[in-house]
Amino acid sequence: MLELHGVSRSFGDRLVLDDVSFTVGRGRLTGFVGGNGAGKTTTMRIILGVLAPHAGTVTLDGAPLAGAARSRFGYMPEERGLYPKMQLVEHLTYLARLHGFDKAGAASRAHALVEQLGLAERAKDPVESLSLGNQQRAQVAAALVHDPEVLVLDEPFSGLDPMAVDVVQGVLAERAAQGVPVLFSSHQLDVVERLCDDLVIIAGGRVRAAGGREELRAQHGTARFEIVADGDVAWLRDVPGVLVDELAAATAVFRADDDVAQQVLRTALARGPVHAFTPLRPSLAEIFRDVVIDAPEPDLQEAAR
Amino acid sequence: MSTTPTPDRPSLVRASMLVAEREITSQVRSKSFLVSTAILLVGILAAIVVSSVMSGRAQDDVPVAVVTSVAGEVPTTDGLAVTDVADRAAAERAVRDGDVEAAVVPADGPLGVEVLAMESAPDALLDALTQRPEVELLAPANADGPVRYVVTFGFGLIFMMSAISFGSTIAQNTVTEKQTRIVEILLSAVPARALLAGKILGNSALALGQTAAIAAVSVLALVVTGQDDLLTLIGTPVVWFVVFFAVGFVLLASVFAASASLVSRIEDTGVVLQPAMWLVMAPYFLVVFFNDNATVLSVMSYVPFSAPVGMPVRLFLGDAAWWEPLLSLAVLAASCVVVIGIAARIYERSVLRMGARVRVREVLGSRAAR
Repeated sequence: MLELHGVSRSFGDRLVLDDVSFTVGRGRLTGFVGGNGAGKTTTMRIILGVLAPHAGTVTLDGAPLAGAARSRFGYMPEERGLYPKMQLVEHLTYLARLHGFDKAGAASRAHALVEQLGLAERAKDPVESLSLGNQQRAQVAAALVHDPEVLVLDEPFSGLDPMAVDVVQGVLAERAAQGVPVLFSSHQLDVVERLCDDLVIIAGGRVRAAGGREELRAQHGTARFEIVADGDVAWLRDVPGVLVDELAAATAVFRADDDVAQQVLRTALARGPVHAFTPLRPSLAEIFRDVVIDAPEPDLQEAAR
Repeated sequence: MSTTPTPDRPSLVRASMLVAEREITSQVRSKSFLVSTAILLVGILAAIVVSSVMSGRAQDDVPVAVVTSVAGEVPTTDGLAVTDVADRAAAERAVRDGDVEAAVVPADGPLGVEVLAMESAPDALLDALTQRPEVELLAPANADGPVRYVVTFGFGLIFMMSAISFGSTIAQNTVTEKQTRIVEILLSAVPARALLAGKILGNSALALGQTAAIAAVSVLALVVTGQDDLLTLIGTPVVWFVVFFAVGFVLLASVFAASASLVSRIEDTGVVLQPAMWLVMAPYFLVVFFNDNATVLSVMSYVPFSAPVGMPVRLFLGDAAWWEPLLSLAVLAASCVVVIGIAARIYERSVLRMGARVRVREVLGSRAAR
């Protein structure tokens, strides 16, 4: 598993990462979430060794990362970049060879990936002639072509149509299933929510929350419940420990702790039939707002510049 | 897939070779490169052939002046256009003015005659004389007027053009890699040094190839047009030129790559490349303005950036002793090592810094800059 321990980095006087620690488990899709300038890209560059940390370490399975280990990483940078004039397959082959594959092995890998990502018809086209969505897929292919042992992807889903999102998601899930730690950043919270197993939320250069998606949901955001009964539920307002968010005749959404909620359910049943009683789990967007807004946000400038 | 054995990270040399291979293939496949190279070679061929036809030296009789008192010594064979002159002084004047290529004048020796000529006596005359007389050369410093200019400017011009075109290619590739951020992907695979080395190697090989082709075409054209005598004159300097060019271009290539790595956008390259451009153009202008100034040429032939032009020019003019090109080459190679070291440092530390132009002092300074 990939681990960051107390990583800090500043540009000039500005502290961009402050004591960042988290882990990316093997076989886990880990979403890396944060606002613009929160430090996502800087963190990823440090993991890749493209940038050096001013403090802290990055380890893989407990061993500090050296150059050789990092060449087994797959990286998709924030700003998409491939040689515009090179043919797609040729380009992917070149990248695989730079990672040490022989010519034939590199070429067969490039062809397989192009096929898998639905780019087979574009294999011989120069990269610059591809549509934006296809360039994005090509970029994902560039990160995967050498069968990396760790995947770090900066915004892999931005600019993709829903079908392409599914294709890329499938490819990433397949790699994760093979035991590859996958870290990807995104600010499309709905996508992250759907895809990832683990979450790291960063804001202002500090990790605000990290852990399994369900744990975080349990930890953050207040517990809310929805109740649908037969008659008017306005009586809820008078129950101690209940905070009603929405109330419309027979339906209400309220906040309360678990004991009070059970009490409410019993009371409602005593009054008449109850059609639905559902705990509402906070969405990722809510957790994100919750976590990020609570914390002071010192600087929202583009951190990666 | 992760079950397949993963290959080792390529060695620095292998990574450099891969990068160099890409630089070369992508360049060789580009139409603009092929067309411009073809135009260049055809142009040189045409220039040599046309100048040979214009001077018509292969066909005409060799003009020779003969002092009347020894006129009997020179047979009126084909290939000689004999002019009678009154005395030795008149004959010498005719030779110096270029009216004739040589003169036969009375002398004290057993033969009673000797031959005056500027740089070399024409074979046609010496063959015609029954016995070989003494030859007195009036201007033994080989090269004469127009040839001297053409050849010296030629070295300067070819060096400048090649260095500018390939230097710009290096700079452009470097900035494009930065601008498209592909450099981040490349650097996650290979170290910055391999990237820089491959870039320098690939483009130097192309530049050297082109220069060698130019040299070969020039030699071929001289042979075909029967100007073999000129060939013996410039043959050695041309070989030295190619050798010096090979080393000198590596020096310039690293300067171009390091300069370009300071900026992140193609639009900004002009400013950072200016010093490199001056280094490339200076030798040409020095040769144009000072090609008869031995001191300037001597200095040029040892300063690393101008040695690839200065030393071949001096060899051509016959000013340089045999050990001088070797010494100069050693100086050039040594400075090459130093400059590449500095360039690698600049490149490594600035190639990932996007946005504003990076200051050289900043990257060469503290380690924290990276």
